[in-house]
Amino acid sequence: MRCTRAIAASWRCNNTALTMRDVFILGSGQTAVGEHWDLSLRQLARTAVSAALNAALPARPQALFVANMLAGQLSGQRQLGALLADYCGLRGIEAIRVEAAGASGGAALRQAYIAVASGVVDTALVLGVEKLTDKVGSSVAAALGSAADADWEAAHGATQPALAALIMQRYMHEQHLSLQQFAGFSVNAHSNGRTNPNAMFRNNLKAESFASAAMVAEPVNMFDTAPEADGAAALVLGAAHMLAPAAARIRVAASALCTDAFALADRADVLQLRAAQQSVQQAQAQASCGAADIDLFELHDGFTILAALALEAAGYAQPGSGWQLAHAGKIGLQGEIPISTFGGLKARGNPGGATGVYQAVEVEQQLRGAAGANQVQRARRGMLQGLGGNGATAVTHIFECLN
Amino acid sequence: MNQPMPTQAEIKPMLPVLPVGVAGYGAYVPRFRLPAAEVARVWTGNTGNSLAVTEKAVAGLDEDVVTMSIEAARNAIARAEIDPVDIRAVWVGSESHPYAVKPTATIVAEAIGAVPHTQAADWQFACKAGTEAIQAGIGLVGSGMARYVVAIGMDTAQGRPGDALEYTAGAGGAAILLGPAAESLAVIEGSHSVVTDTPDFWRRQHERYPEHGQRFTGEPAYFRHVTTAASELMQGLGTTAGDYAHVVFHQPNAKFPQRAGQLLGFKPEQLEAGLLAPFIGNTYAGSALLGLTAVFDKAAAGERVLLVSFGSGAGSDAIAFRVTARMQAQRDLAPSTATYIARRTQIDYALYARYRGKLALQ
Amino acid sequence: MEVSRNWRLQSQRYRMEGLRCEQCGTVIFPARAHCPQCAGESFASLALRGLGEVYSFTQVHDAPAGFEHDAPFFLALVRLDEGPLVTAQLTDVERETVHIGMPVEMVTRKLREDGERGMLVYGYKFRPLLRQRRPDEAVALPARVRVPATEAVAA
Repeated sequence: MRCTRAIAASWRCNNTALTMRDVFILGSGQTAVGEHWDLSLRQLARTAVSAALNAALPARPQALFVANMLAGQLSGQRQLGALLADYCGLRGIEAIRVEAAGASGGAALRQAYIAVASGVVDTALVLGVEKLTDKVGSSVAAALGSAADADWEAAHGATQPALAALIMQRYMHEQHLSLQQFAGFSVNAHSNGRTNPNAMFRNNLKAESFASAAMVAEPVNMFDTAPEADGAAALVLGAAHMLAPAAARIRVAASALCTDAFALADRADVLQLRAAQQSVQQAQAQASCGAADIDLFELHDGFTILAALALEAAGYAQPGSGWQLAHAGKIGLQGEIPISTFGGLKARGNPGGATGVYQAVEVEQQLRGAAGANQVQRARRGMLQGLGGNGATAVTHIFECLN
Repeated sequence: MNQPMPTQAEIKPMLPVLPVGVAGYGAYVPRFRLPAAEVARVWTGNTGNSLAVTEKAVAGLDEDVVTMSIEAARNAIARAEIDPVDIRAVWVGSESHPYAVKPTATIVAEAIGAVPHTQAADWQFACKAGTEAIQAGIGLVGSGMARYVVAIGMDTAQGRPGDALEYTAGAGGAAILLGPAAESLAVIEGSHSVVTDTPDFWRRQHERYPEHGQRFTGEPAYFRHVTTAASELMQGLGTTAGDYAHVVFHQPNAKFPQRAGQLLGFKPEQLEAGLLAPFIGNTYAGSALLGLTAVFDKAAAGERVLLVSFGSGAGSDAIAFRVTARMQAQRDLAPSTATYIARRTQIDYALYARYRGKLALQ
Repeated sequence: MEVSRNWRLQSQRYRMEGLRCEQCGTVIFPARAHCPQCAGESFASLALRGLGEVYSFTQVHDAPAGFEHDAPFFLALVRLDEGPLVTAQLTDVERETVHIGMPVEMVTRKLREDGERGMLVYGYKFRPLLRQRRPDEAVALPARVRVPATEAVAA
């Protein structure tokens, strides 16, 4: 399943194809996802950064892109670029925060990719960090809900689970489905999370108990939705000449970010993730590959309905039939299109703006053959996708191993 | 009736210069019902009460005098089929305005599309705040100052938990859209008011629940004012009880209006169409007006209707109407009062306590 | 407290004032600067009738800050007769009766309170259709405590 190698990513701007440099992953690190009562935002960040910098030695980052969604609201902390550069021992370098709700991680990765590919810097550090547990209950729900339209959605009590529920209810209505038919997504995620030491949930989920969980926003229940928690993950990107001679050559083969109508009600089709679809098409064009050439897909399974719609948007299922992939033979580690290979948002946990960077670290591990019990066999090319606000922002990357 | 009021030799009913009528009317009753037996169960251990009120209407968590007034006013405008920009005053009478300072009426005026070229104000006179707004509206339209005026009586009444008022204090009310008699559903034949300083019921500033004089609220307050206002208006118009197809009194319970009717020579069937207290309780400023809307839903062209409010403190406004031929064609343009009353969801005392903010949450 | 923020939106929150694109006729709610169909920037204001049907709904159990006291509440996408899809709460409904396709009408209700001391925010919600009853469907007053067969007892 060896694919043709694109020498350089093609970049269309004003109909002029710009030549970009190849960008490689030099190293990565992550903390476990969970309730880190004893660690602050900056301590979480430093743990992940240290691990990534050690793995990338001797390269040192020239710029830091911090992915974070809610530090301003929940920690009273902004200007995370300077704060975390300083705290992580990188005082002086260029550093900014990137925010696109749940797509923040992928968006920051893309900024780092652009910085290196353009030649502006030779190395860039992407850090995803989210500290959610210093606030509890309805204030966290409201903060996460700020990804929605404040005037026309949140003002009416809409939360992210509620908006996902509106999509799911309609989908179930049109396809004549019961909640139970989505169980396979959560069962698969928990099965994979069980062997991920960094996962928040490391227990199996029984399919038969899926539909009986307490409702969050009907039909979205506790076993359907991903747990929000603390976490930090980091990735060092660099140009080809920054790679250590013996290092695995993991290339960022594609990077694409698209947007859709912001409010759910304004979408041309509520049941279609149009931004996700467009970003996948652009990414596959950049990587010169098709859906069948992807060996694993870390998608944004914050809710099972988003997993189903993301699979449809990426071309693995026809519209309305993505739910049919929800069993091990299709999406398991050795299935047709493995998803959530380390547990996904559902079992690894969903640390908001950091999630996309976790996805990137996990795909890198798969392509290096370092995924242990979670290894997808012969993984050469992996796709990752983050969604902000149930799909208003979608950012898709493809990594490939050149070894 | 001890202490009858001094009477004048000749009572001249209040009549505007230009003839005025009811161009439209609209009711609102929230859907929740608390049975009186539920209140009795919680506070007395048995299920009886002597007030002849079976249950009362209770506002939901997202309802208050503003939202209920908006719907009633929209119903009135729908029946009148007028452009709301032609309304020159929006007046809301209530003793449960959601803000202590900030008009309910401006919110209602904004929501019904009457802004900005209109007058707007909140009225307060216990349970007769709605009828005094009607009388003032008759004056505004009858003087030629305004083509249309919306007068609303609406309340989400509260009684202290366990108090006799808690069995009856309900939620609801109505909007009366006043306009030229020529295009009206009912013509105003005259009105009359009596007031005295009679402290039968009050609520001090910053207090949550009202106080009342118990049996003092009866003879010296309700009956004295209601019967005087009604009899003097009928006398001034040269009519008697028998001339009215329907009479509607303020309804603090079912017994008071029945007895007032008896004292004035009305037969029970004249009260029947407008007697709503048994089903929705005492809706305070909304009470008499809601009864009037239920009568308008049924009344035939040419029939006379007498409306007599009562407000503690105390006073009574009596207003006489004659239904026109236009009523029949317009009344189905908005939901009937009976529709609202039939839209009924029974709740227990626990949900009532939650909906009405009687649980300490902080 | 966001007094001016809510005040700015009153004509849309209270009356559902929308726009009609003067170029392609698309009805738009809430107002926006560009027509999503033709990118036109010229609009006429249009009062929406407030009638539509439930396109999708959810019962929200985990309420966000400011809505805790209302939980569980119903949130819906409502397809208006004029075309736009609107996100709004459903009110005066029970779980047993709410369904996709249910005809609804706009009512103005209290959306939230800004604490004990702050502003009351009013706006549109939707409830099962009440105002379009035909005369032959008129409901009679209950004789005493006659309970409709379809009534839901919430307890």
